[in-house]
Amino acid sequence: MLFGKFISAIKSSLRNPWLNISLLVTLLFLYTPIIVLIIFSFNDSRRNIVWKGFTLKYYKKMFSNEILLEAFLNSIAIALITTILSLVLGVLTAILLWRFQFPLKSLYQGIIMIPIIVPEICIGIAFLVFFNWIGWPSDLIWPLRLAKIIFAHSLFCFPFVAIVIRAKLVSLNRECEEAAKDLGANAWHVYRDVWFPHLKPSLIAGGFLAFTLSLDDFVITFFTSGPETITLPIKIYSMVRFSVTPEVNAASTVLIVVTILSVCTAIFFQKENLKKGSFE
Amino acid sequence: MPSDRFRAKNENSRKVFLVTFLPPTIWLILFLLAPILIIIVYSFSQKVGLINIEVNWVSDNYWRAADPIYLKIFAKSFYIAGITTFLCLVISFPVALAITKIRQDWKLIILVLLMLPFWINLLIRTYALIAVLRTRGFLNSGFEWIAAHLGLRFEPIQFLYNDTAIIIGLVYIHLPFMILPIYAGLEGFDETLKQAAEDLGSSSMQVYRHIVFPLIRPSIFAGCMLVFIPALGSYLTPELLGGTDGQLIANVIERQFKHANDWPFGAALSMVLIYVTCGVIAAWLLVAKRKES
Repeated sequence: MLFGKFISAIKSSLRNPWLNISLLVTLLFLYTPIIVLIIFSFNDSRRNIVWKGFTLKYYKKMFSNEILLEAFLNSIAIALITTILSLVLGVLTAILLWRFQFPLKSLYQGIIMIPIIVPEICIGIAFLVFFNWIGWPSDLIWPLRLAKIIFAHSLFCFPFVAIVIRAKLVSLNRECEEAAKDLGANAWHVYRDVWFPHLKPSLIAGGFLAFTLSLDDFVITFFTSGPETITLPIKIYSMVRFSVTPEVNAASTVLIVVTILSVCTAIFFQKENLKKGSFE
Repeated sequence: MPSDRFRAKNENSRKVFLVTFLPPTIWLILFLLAPILIIIVYSFSQKVGLINIEVNWVSDNYWRAADPIYLKIFAKSFYIAGITTFLCLVISFPVALAITKIRQDWKLIILVLLMLPFWINLLIRTYALIAVLRTRGFLNSGFEWIAAHLGLRFEPIQFLYNDTAIIIGLVYIHLPFMILPIYAGLEGFDETLKQAAEDLGSSSMQVYRHIVFPLIRPSIFAGCMLVFIPALGSYLTPELLGGTDGQLIANVIERQFKHANDWPFGAALSMVLIYVTCGVIAAWLLVAKRKES
């Protein structure tokens, strides 16, 4: 069965070889560096270029490295709180834009897009200057220490959530809402039994997108965070500046795996939207 | 009472409006508009002494940003972002075309494969590229291996730390942004139009020039913007892949804040970058609108 599929795929690809070669080369271009990086995180050699055998020692080293572990935990904590905040803000924004007409609405929509459009470095610098201006304390205890980064991350994550939710709201059947109300449902019931089931896939997808965006952010975090807080990308950056080493490969691989799992979950729940071909 | 019910509904909807309006708006004012406002204030300030900044509403920083040194860096940023966009376009078109011709069940897999790198950390992808391209990297060792087998002497090629490396890095990172919109444009394309043109004797080159390109122009435009805008303000790629003179505008901004400690001038430069970015987008929207009508 699978074999037959494979054969027919090859047959059809022979029909217009140049196009498919370009596709293949592009995929190779996109994936070779990443795959090589992952493979060589298991390489038993510091030189990082010749394969010397399989080892997990860089992972063991990584998980016994306290700074790296702290950075990883920071990143996860920031991403989780950012996800919750972005979901709340994103859902509210989506409902606002879908349900209401108000003066200067198009300007409002434009402002929401600013964090996505404006170069990351400008957003990062704006936060750096802002927190400096209001004199945000730099000696806070652990979870509060992350607040600056969480504020910054939720700012550029929630517009993405709003876009995803808003796209789904368009297909919400408002007659269901009316019917539920006629049958005696109060507002809370309508939200729980009509809205939530309809929006659930988009909520999950939007949540995972926010999680990934937050987990991956380097530039904005680089400017927002003070020296007291490190995240995994920041730590990897300071290691990369130094040299290409298997430790960096291992730390990167962990981040790649978390990202891919999270994105695949998002894609799984957005599948029907994907099939319709709506990416933006 | 219908009027009572109507009023209740209205009141209720006002409540919903406030609940949905206030939190995002407060968030945007607090963490977007206020910081940008402070940047604007800073850009009209002056550095006094080592750490003090005096707000005295002078435009000196902007005049300094118009210095040929900085104009040149802006021009270079435009040039590199332009080349990146062009290369992405040239690569993306055949790739997008190839995807439209793939069978449905494979299509989704290929699309996911093309989208996935976008989500993987920018820093990690850049680092992965360094590992491949550096003088002791995989590409050079591959060449060396081939050269050794052919009995030739081989000097490692310096791929990194120049403008070409920046462009390779930017193309590598932004390629999916171009492929996906063009694919979306081509996918919705009416094949019968193409057939009609072919039946009327057009060559395939003519079909693309006169039928396909004009009809998917919005998608091409969208892809170009999605590549050009982030490439113009990119910081990490030139920082890691560029040479000592390979600084783009974002790197110059960073230096004002982290090394030169001249925040007012850095603020002015970032405002200029924001204006330029918004200008490019506005120009694009205008052109797109005109082409539509």
